[in-house]
Amino acid sequence: MEIERPDGRSPNQLRPLACSRSILHRAHGSATWSQGDTKVVAAVYGPKAGTRKNENPEKASFEVVWKPKTGQIGKAEREYEMILKRTLESICIRSIYPNTTTSVIVQACFSLNPSFPPFSFLLVVHDDGALLPCAINAACAALVDAGIPLRHLAVAICCSVADNGYIFLDPNKQEEEKMKAFSYLVFPNLNVSVLPERSTQKGGEPTAHGIITSVTHGAMSVDDYLHCLERGRAVSARLSEFLRKNIEPKSSSESSKAG
Amino acid sequence: MGFPDASKDLSSEMEVDAFRRLFPLKYFERHLAEAIRPDGRPLGKARDTTVVLGAVASANGSALVKIGSTTMLTAIKMEVMTPSLESPDEGCIAIDFHMPPICSPIVRPGRPAEAAPVISKQLSDTISSSGSIDLKELSLVTGKAAWMAYLDVYCLDADGALFDAALLSAVAALSHLQIPAVAMNDDGKIVLLSEDDGQKKAQEPVNKEKRNLTLRSIPFSLTCILHKNYILVDPTAEEESIMETVVTIALDTSGQLVSLYKPGGPVLAFTSAIQDCVALTRQRVKELKGILEEANSTMQVE
Repeated sequence: MEIERPDGRSPNQLRPLACSRSILHRAHGSATWSQGDTKVVAAVYGPKAGTRKNENPEKASFEVVWKPKTGQIGKAEREYEMILKRTLESICIRSIYPNTTTSVIVQACFSLNPSFPPFSFLLVVHDDGALLPCAINAACAALVDAGIPLRHLAVAICCSVADNGYIFLDPNKQEEEKMKAFSYLVFPNLNVSVLPERSTQKGGEPTAHGIITSVTHGAMSVDDYLHCLERGRAVSARLSEFLRKNIEPKSSSESSKAG
Repeated sequence: MGFPDASKDLSSEMEVDAFRRLFPLKYFERHLAEAIRPDGRPLGKARDTTVVLGAVASANGSALVKIGSTTMLTAIKMEVMTPSLESPDEGCIAIDFHMPPICSPIVRPGRPAEAAPVISKQLSDTISSSGSIDLKELSLVTGKAAWMAYLDVYCLDADGALFDAALLSAVAALSHLQIPAVAMNDDGKIVLLSEDDGQKKAQEPVNKEKRNLTLRSIPFSLTCILHKNYILVDPTAEEESIMETVVTIALDTSGQLVSLYKPGGPVLAFTSAIQDCVALTRQRVKELKGILEEANSTMQVE
């Protein structure tokens, strides 16, 4: 039985993706990522000398600032900052620049409705489904743009579970509110052409199947969650292809901005 | 980074405490190889848990929970408020988590701890995701008056697994909560019914007597640390600071997964590790359910 989604997508179909890098000239690295109407800008400054007070000076540390679209900074923003910080720490090679701080600033932004005339200053506020996965993807692209050494890329996806157990990928805000539960999953993405032997974990599962981060909302059965994981893994390959294509250097004569 | 393995040479010559401070990871790994932890627990065992209900006499519901050394105190205060227009027949619950400086040497007065807003939001999300409370029960007069429950969780001692203890104490306080008896007086305002018989007959009791909140399936959680191939259950603060990958799983009493929270961390979680953690959580849910029921029945006897 085919379930009809409000915007006509199939259960496995993602919203249109768009990614651009080096959009901010003063930042050492920057990127935007949009999935449908959710758009996030990420900027990276660093590595800068010195670590903050409670951080381990033997490793590079990260500082994340999350700016909401509107309103004051509240608990949700602090939680997103913490999740983003720990996710980025796990993908970076922290031993290369000890005693430094890299700042990642993430801003959720309005997306311009393309059907409005270009000279109108009206910004249309649309749905915000899957804000955290967008931010993780944008931050990862911005880190690559800044040249921070990474162990592997992180791709984030949102999977939602409907009451009848069907799994829908990349829900928008309306769908998120109607569904029984949804989960944000972040998978690592390795460039498998480099070292095929190393990409297998001891238990026989390839490294790309592990999850870096998982945040769930709503109650679902454990089996539903494991199905979400499978679907998420299947689509993470597509997402990472898109990410890699968009973050390739545009020309060989690009100079470093940190210099 | 580039240091040779200095610990091997020194381990036989050094005192245990010095080794623990200088090479904490090696110290723990030596224990893990023998399937035990420095405090003597096997890897899959949680610390001793106690729940005491009614710790705060002036609150409508309260609980004091200790998991090992981690101590959480929850108190619930009820207030009457006007319900919102979108849901005129529902009350409201506001959950807040505080980490006062007493709980840990890392928390300084004036600067709120980094973990506090995160755990606060996690708690509200978990309790609302589990659907254990029907907000319609908190309604008094549709459209005009409803209960607002302020649930404050205070951390008195932060020794790891803060979310587990906070969730357990919040849930215990909710199970102990007694909604006060109220009546509507002539002005249309809700007033508390007093214990003595000085009541005017014109007052209509809206809520005749104190009643408990009915909780549907109750969520319980378990925090595990993933390190290489080991899964350590219910970590202490020292273990959390050394091995950074933490997974918190919340299951409710009907077996539904309420939350699987893994905020990054160097170790990736594979399906086998997740299934092991879920199995450990199921065991823990049974334990905690028993402890909570015992605490409730002790209260009723008094």
